[in-house]
Amino acid sequence: MKDNATPPFDALPCATQFTLNGASVTVSAPPGERLSQSLRERLGTRDVKIGCNAGDCGACTVLVDGAPVCACLMPTARVAGAVVETQAGLVAQAPLAQRLADSFHAHQAAQCGICTPGMMVAAVALLRAVPSPDAAQVEDALGGVLCRCTGYRKIIDAVVDAGLGRTPPKAPAMGDVGQAIPRLDGRPKLDGRERFGDDIAPPETLVLRVIRSPHHHARFALGDLQAWQAANPWVALVLTAADIPGRNLFGVIPGFIDQPVFAVDLVRFKGEAVAAVVGPADAMAQFDAGQFPITWDPLPAVLEVGAATAPGAPRLHAGHEGNILCQGFVKHGDAETAMATADVQVEGHFETSYVEHGYIEPEAGMADLVDGRLHIYGCTQAPVMDKEALAPILAMPLDRIRVLPSATGGGFGSKIDISFQPFVALAALRLGRAVRITYSRQETMASTTKRHPAQISLRVGAQADGTLAAIAFEGQFNTGAYASWGPTVANRVPIHASGPYALRNYIARAQGVYTNGTPAGAFRGFGVPQSAVAQEVLFDELAEKLGQDALEFRIKNALSNGTPTICGQVFQQGVGIKACLKALRPAWAQLNAQAQAFNATGGPLRRGVGVAGGWYGCGNTSLPNPSTIKAGVRADGTVVLHQGATDIGQGSNTVIPQIFARALGVDVAQIEMIDGDTDRTPDAGKTSASRQTFVTGNAARLAGEALRRLLLAQVNAADDSRIVLGAGTYTGPGAGLVVEDATGPHPLRLADLPTDAEGYVLRVQETYDPPTLPLDENGQGAPYAQYGYAAHLALVEVDTKLGTTRVLHIVAAHDVGCAINPLLVEGQVQGGVAQGLGMALMEEYLPGRTENLHDYLMPTFGDVPPIETLIIEEPDAHGPYGAKGLGEHALIPTAPAILNAIGRATGARLRKLPVTPARLRAALKEVGHA
Amino acid sequence: MGYHRPDRVEDAFQALAQGASVIAGGTDWYPARGDGPVPQNLLDITRLPQFSGINRYDGGWRIGAATSWSAIVNADLPPAFAGLQAAGREVGSVQIQNAGTIGGNLCNASPAADGMPALLTLDANVQLVSAQGTRRLPLAQFVTGVRQTALHKGELLQAIDIPDTWQAPGTGAAFAKLGARKYLVISIAMVATILRLQAGRVADARVAVGACSAVAQRLGGLEKALQGAAPQDFAARVAQAPLTGLAPIADVRGSAEYRLDAVRELVSRALITAAEAADER
Repeated sequence: MKDNATPPFDALPCATQFTLNGASVTVSAPPGERLSQSLRERLGTRDVKIGCNAGDCGACTVLVDGAPVCACLMPTARVAGAVVETQAGLVAQAPLAQRLADSFHAHQAAQCGICTPGMMVAAVALLRAVPSPDAAQVEDALGGVLCRCTGYRKIIDAVVDAGLGRTPPKAPAMGDVGQAIPRLDGRPKLDGRERFGDDIAPPETLVLRVIRSPHHHARFALGDLQAWQAANPWVALVLTAADIPGRNLFGVIPGFIDQPVFAVDLVRFKGEAVAAVVGPADAMAQFDAGQFPITWDPLPAVLEVGAATAPGAPRLHAGHEGNILCQGFVKHGDAETAMATADVQVEGHFETSYVEHGYIEPEAGMADLVDGRLHIYGCTQAPVMDKEALAPILAMPLDRIRVLPSATGGGFGSKIDISFQPFVALAALRLGRAVRITYSRQETMASTTKRHPAQISLRVGAQADGTLAAIAFEGQFNTGAYASWGPTVANRVPIHASGPYALRNYIARAQGVYTNGTPAGAFRGFGVPQSAVAQEVLFDELAEKLGQDALEFRIKNALSNGTPTICGQVFQQGVGIKACLKALRPAWAQLNAQAQAFNATGGPLRRGVGVAGGWYGCGNTSLPNPSTIKAGVRADGTVVLHQGATDIGQGSNTVIPQIFARALGVDVAQIEMIDGDTDRTPDAGKTSASRQTFVTGNAARLAGEALRRLLLAQVNAADDSRIVLGAGTYTGPGAGLVVEDATGPHPLRLADLPTDAEGYVLRVQETYDPPTLPLDENGQGAPYAQYGYAAHLALVEVDTKLGTTRVLHIVAAHDVGCAINPLLVEGQVQGGVAQGLGMALMEEYLPGRTENLHDYLMPTFGDVPPIETLIIEEPDAHGPYGAKGLGEHALIPTAPAILNAIGRATGARLRKLPVTPARLRAALKEVGHA
Repeated sequence: MGYHRPDRVEDAFQALAQGASVIAGGTDWYPARGDGPVPQNLLDITRLPQFSGINRYDGGWRIGAATSWSAIVNADLPPAFAGLQAAGREVGSVQIQNAGTIGGNLCNASPAADGMPALLTLDANVQLVSAQGTRRLPLAQFVTGVRQTALHKGELLQAIDIPDTWQAPGTGAAFAKLGARKYLVISIAMVATILRLQAGRVADARVAVGACSAVAQRLGGLEKALQGAAPQDFAARVAQAPLTGLAPIADVRGSAEYRLDAVRELVSRALITAAEAADER
């Protein structure tokens, strides 16, 4: 082992003494070490989270002598003699912080929880200075902490209520379906116990760093690695493509597995992995990746679809002429004829940008060998897919790989794909010991998937009475250097680009296009948010041309039960878009009147209200998409739910148990839950495509029902019997699980039953796979068993002189079929709206240029307005208790609603996202604003 | 090698002579390292006695270079400092304001340094110290380009001196920052103004613009054109004034054309805010 080898620089450790959470500590660290690093790795204070190492996200906020600072920007040596407080210490010791934690819990102010330490620490500092702050004071005080899940409003509410000493409303203990209980996994996020991807590895674990391409497109040659390693004796291991025992490729869709783990001699995007270096943590902290021996020969790069599809463009992948990855197509009726005979037509060309997922937790994890098997710890959205991706790379059988998901600090689609896993896996296998990695902010932004930039040409025609006649859609989606979920985007978009409207004539073609950009993959909506922008903006222009009210135009054309979709699928029930749109009528009238009154006063500020609808098919498109749920009963009567639907903040750790508990007929609090450890929990599929509540929820319902039947059968009890869990009500043998029926209590003598290897005396396992049908060559069929529906209103204020836009209010109506947990529904909606707002107004990832969180702008506190959530429940026959998926729906209508609001406020027609101040000002000048 | 945090300036000069990297608040110092290693020889200037705090000197105010933005924001200062304090409130976030220093903001020499425009309007001078002694420079001569200053080797920025140029009644100051989001935002453009009103008209004015040139610039031509203007005249005077010295670039935050367009509006608004703050009594 080389742990004791000389680090690359002579670091003289400085001993620094200070008070940490009430205790005197002394830490010895190299000069200049960041306080965040010392706190986490030398003092075990892992409740301090590192999101960016640049002061851009605030997750690492701690109090130094009472003042909030970013621990990543503070030299450890400077806190000598100071008092340092972190989330865990505050919550353990300060009643104020405990009250704040209770309020966060009640409001679901923490979703994934990665920003929560920073939020709570900043809030404690505020509450100490201002005991009862108002919302504006909260925004100012917490404005330095970014959150990507919540949309901030619940955090504001939580802090304001904590200040007012308002007791959080007591949630019903039962946690039945429909009850707004707090997250079942919420508390560890609030007291600092939660363990994310970077919180698993012991401090002495070897650290891996990936060497990545600085060029968008280049050939390269590795230097003499043996000589380099000999000259750097602290290096434990160097990995390159030559070290991969199996197939040097990964991807997510069969037939499109095209990305090398390590490039061999050619890189196709800036940030592509070419090698990795492993060494002791202190040495790796001093490692300058620029000294790694490699020579680059840059090649011409194509970063946009126009350049990539131009004649003579460099071809990125063999077999993909013109750099076309694949194409999706839907044809219904005769769009061209209907368009030609339509009374009114509008058309437009739209452009959207790369969008970064912006989870505050960079990819992080660890691999280790345990009893000859590979264990992978870390953040993920899809533990079983991770296993399946790793096996061929490592040439290992699946049963020798175990994935143990940590808490995941946001994902939004990107953490479905593997990222860090193969690197640490290869290193652990070679070294026979644990190896960890944490992506830097720059690394996560440069190397993991993004939302596809889109180029969309759209035409829409209608009859004079306002009936939609035809839509023709052509879209090109920049999938970057590798396929990832590009084929899914290309397939999903044509199925959704009509929006949730009835239409007899439709044609849509979407292509995925390879470029030298960062790979684009899954991101909340899989291309549908992009197509919805074009479709919903043109609907407004069409309504205007027709002289019709924008909302009523949509209501008139909205799908209803019994009307075929553009795939020819007919839902006889559960189509909720009309109900969503109609629910907006009061706010539409009121906000429009408000805006008109405001605009009548003159001045450079103009207000407008915009509306947009959206839909999204839940689950995989016409493909098998099963989820399996297992549950067992121990001899003492404990019911254990194996819940494999990865909770990345959205709430499956709460919603799935609620469904299971309802089906079983017990209180949710009485169920013990085991997470997605692939050795213990069956595959509940990926957290993606708004499928977990619907698909895994159904599996949980089936499992709960099966277990109920099994329990009742033990004592031949009637169907309407009551299951009583836990000691208390009854005593004596079998008191842990008693079935009550009209004839009285029947204790289950579970101890008399044989116990299986997992300690269960009874067990059930149920699988649900949504019923879909294949699509024909024209995209006709039944792609999804259910859709969810949404409609948003946005009130905006545009500063016409500066081109800036403030969103003042959002009303979001969502048909979720059945709100399993209304609190979590609101959380999903508000977080989705915030992401849609960012996509509309500020988010633009430019490969090589905006690889940090100060050049890449996401909404902060103060950018996200109050959001009113209108929950519509149009039950779905396939959904568990009628429930539909929600994750992606929350984001889809937001951006077009904002664009339409800007249009109605100013007359400006926006065609490119994001609508930055510069772009808006240019558009305003075009329509005559001074 | 090591972390030096002296309380005697002589020790600081010695560490500097040995190649130490100077760190103040650290809020720009750490991000500048990117993913690379952090230097192992540091000079932390935050404990040097002459480098911190806001004090009166004969004829003006002296702000130690290592004074945090929070200290400036919370200080009881004359109305002329309103622009500087407003700028401080818009530096990054509360966390950044608690650590980041005014001297670091200047030495980092970013075109978008939040402190520069207001300090230019305040006619600030910088006090530079070295083992050889002390020298003073007008701020405009201190920052010489993108990431470039007039600091000599072995020299430290000790303090910023602000003369009592703007003590008379009728003085108002303002700051306006244009960004694409509310918090944690780097300016697309920013403007600081100070003016003195006499009988409701401009007797004297300063206007400085940041993020629209390599170094923040005062707009001398506009300052002259504002002489005698009443607030209702501001927009017209601004519209016609030459923006000599501004040479904005196009970057991820906005086009050059947009910056020039927006900056006039920002200037007009900042002037109005300053005039509203001016109290002639």
